Amino acid sequence: MALHKPSTTKRILTVDLPMLAILVFTLGPYLWMFITSISDESTLFTEGPSLLNATIENYTRLFRTVGFAENLLDSFIVAGGTVIVGLSLSVTAAYSFSRFNFRGKRILMLQFLLINMFPLVLLILPLFVLMRVLGLLDTHIALIIANSTVAIPFSIWMMVSYMNGIPRSLDEAAMTDGCTRMQALRRVVLPLCLPGIIATGIYIFITSWNEYLYALTLGGRNVRTITVAVQTLIGEYEVQWGLLTAGGIVGALPATVLFLLVQKRLISGLTQGAVKG
Amino acid sequence: MTHVSETPKHRASLGRQVLPYAMLTPAVLVTLAIVFFPMLQTAWMSLHEYVLFRPNDFTWVGLDNFKAALNDEVFWISLKHTIIWMCTTIPAQLLLGLVTALLLNQEFPWRPVARALIIIPWALPSVVIALMWVWIYDSNYGIANEFLLRMGLIQQAIPWLADPDTALASIILTLTWQGFPFFAVMILAGLQSIPQSYYEAASIDGASAWRQFWHITLPGISGVMMTAVLLRMIWVANSFDVIFVMTGGGPGYATHTLPLYAFIKARTNLDFGYGSAIAVLFTLLLMVVVVFYLKRTGKAAS
Repeated sequence: MALHKPSTTKRILTVDLPMLAILVFTLGPYLWMFITSISDESTLFTEGPSLLNATIENYTRLFRTVGFAENLLDSFIVAGGTVIVGLSLSVTAAYSFSRFNFRGKRILMLQFLLINMFPLVLLILPLFVLMRVLGLLDTHIALIIANSTVAIPFSIWMMVSYMNGIPRSLDEAAMTDGCTRMQALRRVVLPLCLPGIIATGIYIFITSWNEYLYALTLGGRNVRTITVAVQTLIGEYEVQWGLLTAGGIVGALPATVLFLLVQKRLISGLTQGAVKG
Repeated sequence: MTHVSETPKHRASLGRQVLPYAMLTPAVLVTLAIVFFPMLQTAWMSLHEYVLFRPNDFTWVGLDNFKAALNDEVFWISLKHTIIWMCTTIPAQLLLGLVTALLLNQEFPWRPVARALIIIPWALPSVVIALMWVWIYDSNYGIANEFLLRMGLIQQAIPWLADPDTALASIILTLTWQGFPFFAVMILAGLQSIPQSYYEAASIDGASAWRQFWHITLPGISGVMMTAVLLRMIWVANSFDVIFVMTGGGPGYATHTLPLYAFIKARTNLDFGYGSAIAVLFTLLLMVVVVFYLKRTGKAAS
């Protein structure tokens, strides 16, 4: 393929145009939602969404009357809390998997892989019963715990893959210089895989931010995340599509921006294991 | 830092044996408490009659819930939809993902932009995805009807999500849209791991582009594709949030799937015993896929 360069016209017909078509299909719904959200509600149903007379009225209404700011805060607390729990529990575990050989290692690693395979519906019912017994329903903690069921195994797998990329000889060099294992981990390995840790943390943040079923089941009046708020909007303002789509854009924005920032590193971490297979 | 050299040798080696386990303990304990214990509890609940608004009524009924499920018409409808859904969504995602990956592997000026943008649906909250597709499918003002009417493909507006005949297909399209970027990214990574020299050698030998694709590209990415399909099957089977928001399983039972049915049973009827039984049955079915996946990764690891 590298030997003969196809002509530009041929390239445009066989590569650029099909790619453009796929991109239109991919981004079309999102753009349509955005255009609807900046259209004037009064003309939306007579003239359809349009870029002329663009307005931010839907957004101001969203924050003034619907109280979206509180929902954003709830989502932020839950997602941030999950990141902290997920990362702090998985750093040492990942280091252990990456650097040591010990009995039961395969089984334990398999266990963490297996967790992600179980259907969410298998967990959501008992977690609801459990939180009810503990009196944790409608608290941030309940949602952080529920999201951690996914976040912990995921971040262990990601971190193992990042740590495997850092040569063992570096730890050993640090230890010959008098560091203990933990010091080698903290002073040598952690700084080196910091980009990987940040990417993993952001991915956990995004998935917790986007999570809906746990938030619906375990949340309530006090803790209502943005995803539940958007869904409630659908029920309450059934035909006010300008407002609804504005809610959708606001709900999706933080995750989308974060994702675009880290996608390269994240994808390399995610696909590494698969490509080797 | 000096205390290391003071530690007796045997203590150091004991420490070396214990250390890996000690470092794993927090994560293992927490997952036992918040994942494995609740799972066992689901299995336990499925053997009881347990309706949440009668909290003191937790009677052992053995396998009655499972027998009831197998005699429940809605269970079989949901199972049928689950199978239809997986057998259409995943091949569609795979095919579209493969085409996208092959295109992204070509050289064109705006490739980095395309690669960054293609992944966006993957990062969107499922609720937002559901919201925007409900708006697209809207029977009065939706762009889907508008577009098809103008193209002359349909004579009158179709209520896509309200009509039992089109609801499942509409949701399948939405899920395909949501999931194909994942395949594209995975397959692209596979494509880039194929050494360029293979293609060079093949074209010196006069192999056509099609033969190169068939004999070099496909074998080179078959491993990744297999893994992606299995992973995606598990995810697609698990996620029912998009359906839940878009149709709630309706109209009637037209878009019920097994996990959704279990969730609805527990959420609206508060019947946790029966809901758990369906969840357990669904998990057992899914285990077949999981075992396949684990066999593959096990092989790759060794």
